[in-house]
Amino acid sequence: MSNVQTKPLLQVDHLSIGFSQYVKGTQKRIIHPIADMHVEINEGEIVAVVGASGSGKSLLAHAVLGILPSNAIFSGKMLYRGEELTPARMEKLRGREISFIPQSVNYLDPLMRVGRQVQIGLDPRTARAQQEKLFLQYGLQKNDGRLFPFELSGGMLRRVLFATSVREGVRLVIADEPTPGIHPQALSEILRQLKQFAEDGAGVMLITHDIISALEIADRVAVIKDGATVEISEASAFEGNGERLKTEYTQRLWRALPQNDFDLEFKREAVR
Amino acid sequence: MTKSIVFRFIRVITLLIGLSILTFSLIHLSPMDPVNAYIGGDSSASPEQIEKFKAYWGVNKSPVEQYFTWAGALLQGNFGTSLLYRSPVLDIIQSRFLTSLALMGVAWVLSGVIGYLLGTVAAMNRGKTIDKIIKWYSYTLVSTPIFWMGLILLIVFAVWLKWFPVGLAVPAGVLESDVRFIDRIHHFVLPVLTLSILGGSNIAMHTREKMIDILNTEFIVFAKARGESSWQIFKNHGVRNSIHPAISLQFAYFGELFGGSMLAEQVFAYPGLGSTLTTAGLNGDLPLMVGIILISSLFVFTGNLIADLLNKIVDPRVKGAM
Ligand SMILES: Nc1ncnc2c1ncn2[C@@H]1O[C@H](COP(=O)(O)OP(=O)(O)O)[C@@H](O)[C@H]1O
Ligand SMILES: [Mg+2]
Repeated sequence: MSNVQTKPLLQVDHLSIGFSQYVKGTQKRIIHPIADMHVEINEGEIVAVVGASGSGKSLLAHAVLGILPSNAIFSGKMLYRGEELTPARMEKLRGREISFIPQSVNYLDPLMRVGRQVQIGLDPRTARAQQEKLFLQYGLQKNDGRLFPFELSGGMLRRVLFATSVREGVRLVIADEPTPGIHPQALSEILRQLKQFAEDGAGVMLITHDIISALEIADRVAVIKDGATVEISEASAFEGNGERLKTEYTQRLWRALPQNDFDLEFKREAVR
Repeated sequence: MTKSIVFRFIRVITLLIGLSILTFSLIHLSPMDPVNAYIGGDSSASPEQIEKFKAYWGVNKSPVEQYFTWAGALLQGNFGTSLLYRSPVLDIIQSRFLTSLALMGVAWVLSGVIGYLLGTVAAMNRGKTIDKIIKWYSYTLVSTPIFWMGLILLIVFAVWLKWFPVGLAVPAGVLESDVRFIDRIHHFVLPVLTLSILGGSNIAMHTREKMIDILNTEFIVFAKARGESSWQIFKNHGVRNSIHPAISLQFAYFGELFGGSMLAEQVFAYPGLGSTLTTAGLNGDLPLMVGIILISSLFVFTGNLIADLLNKIVDPRVKGAM
């Protein structure tokens, strides 16, 4: 798929994100969890963003959507379909052309019935029918729509979150770790759905821990470490001993996976 | 669910029993002797009346027996006779209560509406000028003594501008049957305004904080990410998540409003429960004082009870957990 003539949908260059924090009440200091991040996603392409917990994957997603906390300061270049992604543009695009699947089920309103939450943003006349169809598609019962988030299991809530992202006219899907805690059957359904997005021409940013599942559908993989992009490689380079991977870091990450050679020393580091 | 309601009722009843013991002890310890206060300089009390009065208070018995005689009478709805007004305490409370209730009820609703709106607007525009103004308003007023606020309003609107009368609930020297509704309103505005301005600032402050907490949650971040506008975020998630705390705040605020209206009535010489309580206290009218204290407490406790219960019933998470 990557050799098809495509144009960049999203380009992120030299992204840096800092937070001003108050230490001991009065002293102000700035921390920089993201120093130098690059990502590029083409139309119809799935790019997996992998990295250890705390490496800055979620911040990257939030920066693209313009939903960073108010004390965040960011610099760098973000282009969407060749034009600068300004806050005003983000506001217009999100929920319409750019759809987001957040990392945690706490992103659902605890006091709103889940069916209603999926209906938000849909055409009011057909919202209900569309939501019921989506529920069916993701293995949720029609009656589940009447329930509040606390009445559903974690796996079911993940699928509800996923259902909120399915919209007509979506060109970019940002999925922030959509798979943990989901049973294998639903997992493959979600991967299949992400692939469907790409086949329909949308770009997909799949943020994940789970390289193996990601490789099933990803075209390229961006490896993130401590807020910087270490390497971007074709998914096909992740095979064998990883000789085709560009950096030692990524090779060791690849070899440390349980399916591959054990590199216990590295694994200990990476898991931390 | 039923268990927790029963538990709360028991708590209210124990509170009332405790309060009656406390009140009784204070009366017993106070240098004010109800019998003397009753007879006072008034020689018109007949010996039978004095006997009846002594029997009511159980003067010749031990303090514990006296308490039970007295509490038993209270339970039967016999709050005794006011020394000052020479009529049953309950009758007096009833008529004053209605006057106070109108004042408190209107101030209560206004405080809630004003406070919720101001608090929400401030939170949704956090850090902007409008937020700063509302914050300044609430923090300044919330610490303003009620009589001071009342006096300021009196000086400005009654003395200088002469828009409103200086005090009382009805024009002085006019027969009760000749008082027009508009006159009552006219006398009503300043006390209500005093209570609502202060109450509104209190509720605005709490609402602002609660709403800021809500706006900082992940589900609001997600709503934004899904393209919901500020108004949609407020409509879809803000109201839903703030209405339960707002309602219980509103009922919990009842106690404070009750106290506030007692003071405001004093400032405006508004003949409600508050000014009656002061008169009773100053003149040693113990039965009336005790009656007002107990009935008011019952009222305030009920407000808190409703606040608790609403909190339980309305929130689906709590409902599910019970
Ligand atoms: N609001 C914030 N204020 C300060 N630091 C933050 C904030 N949000 C995230 N961080 C820091 O940024 C880093 C990256 O976070 P995140 O993007 O959530 O990581 P990941 O999604 O890769 O697990 C973490 O070290 C985290 O502590
Ligand atoms: Mg994350």
